[in-house]
Amino acid sequence: MCETCGCGVTTMLPVDVHDRILSENDLQARQIREHFAASRVLTLNVMGSPGSGKTALLEATGRALAGRRVIGALAGDLATEHDAARLTAAGIRARSITTGSACHLDASMVHHALHHLAWDDLNYLFIENVGNLVCPAVYDLGQAANVVLLAVTEGEDKPLKYPVMFSKAQLVLITKIDLLPHLPEVRVEHIREGLARVMPDPQVIELSARSGDGLPLWLEWLQRHER
Amino acid sequence: MHEYSIVRALVKRVEEEARARGAAAVGRVSVRIGELSGVEVELLQTAYLTCRERTLCERAPLDVQVVPAEWICRSCRSTIAPGAALRCGACGGAAELRAGDEILLERIVMEVDDV
Repeated sequence: MCETCGCGVTTMLPVDVHDRILSENDLQARQIREHFAASRVLTLNVMGSPGSGKTALLEATGRALAGRRVIGALAGDLATEHDAARLTAAGIRARSITTGSACHLDASMVHHALHHLAWDDLNYLFIENVGNLVCPAVYDLGQAANVVLLAVTEGEDKPLKYPVMFSKAQLVLITKIDLLPHLPEVRVEHIREGLARVMPDPQVIELSARSGDGLPLWLEWLQRHER
Repeated sequence: MHEYSIVRALVKRVEEEARARGAAAVGRVSVRIGELSGVEVELLQTAYLTCRERTLCERAPLDVQVVPAEWICRSCRSTIAPGAALRCGACGGAAELRAGDEILLERIVMEVDDV
């Protein structure tokens, strides 16, 4: 009703929108993706639980490819810059994104961080997401592919407990396989069976960043996906 | 708890749409949330109750329609039943998610004053 004179009545007006709630994030992610494609940078969103071995994997990758590939990383963490320091020591051009209380990275955080990292000469850019198997799966960051780590110490049923994260992965790395002799209750076949039930086209590599087992398969995967 | 950031984006968008049409308030907000979208409907409702305060959505209930996951074969397009390996029973092709990952703002009912 009109507040000035009391005339008229309120009409209910339905408006159909049919748009993604995160359309603003998606637009920013699309712009980031276009920049990376134009500069031929392979960008990967690296996700997994805290302690699944994301930083260790990137350290091993940086050391293995030293002098052969230019690698950059954005390390997302709630607090501290420890991961970025570890990555820098492994020869990776790294920058941390401290999220405060946010449990995931979004496209605008990546966009801001890219202003502080020379990235256009990189072969690979790893976006190490906040350790979490739920929230990071929801946000497009402009990556070419999602890589999800699952350590054998996390148990066999992670894929079925967190289907969304694994259903969005192009590649799953089963990590810390050097520890398998100490884990008689964990069978890698069972993890693979779980992945096949939630991933539409499962690509899986088993590796250990510590022993180097399986690492060549991961490096080959990277090379195959280079721009 | 990404539901809060989703709801903040939702309320912002709804207010923009409402202001663009000169609405005095919002009467109802309808969203579609996929079973495999990674969004918890209960958390979304809780977050919405907090975030709608002092906005045009203050009195608007949030309708959530949950969309079940639906997998189909990439090659022959037949339906793949969940619960087993996501492979086509007919041709062995890889699966594709046809529905169930959406996080959509469907409809806003606005209160518009007649002149």
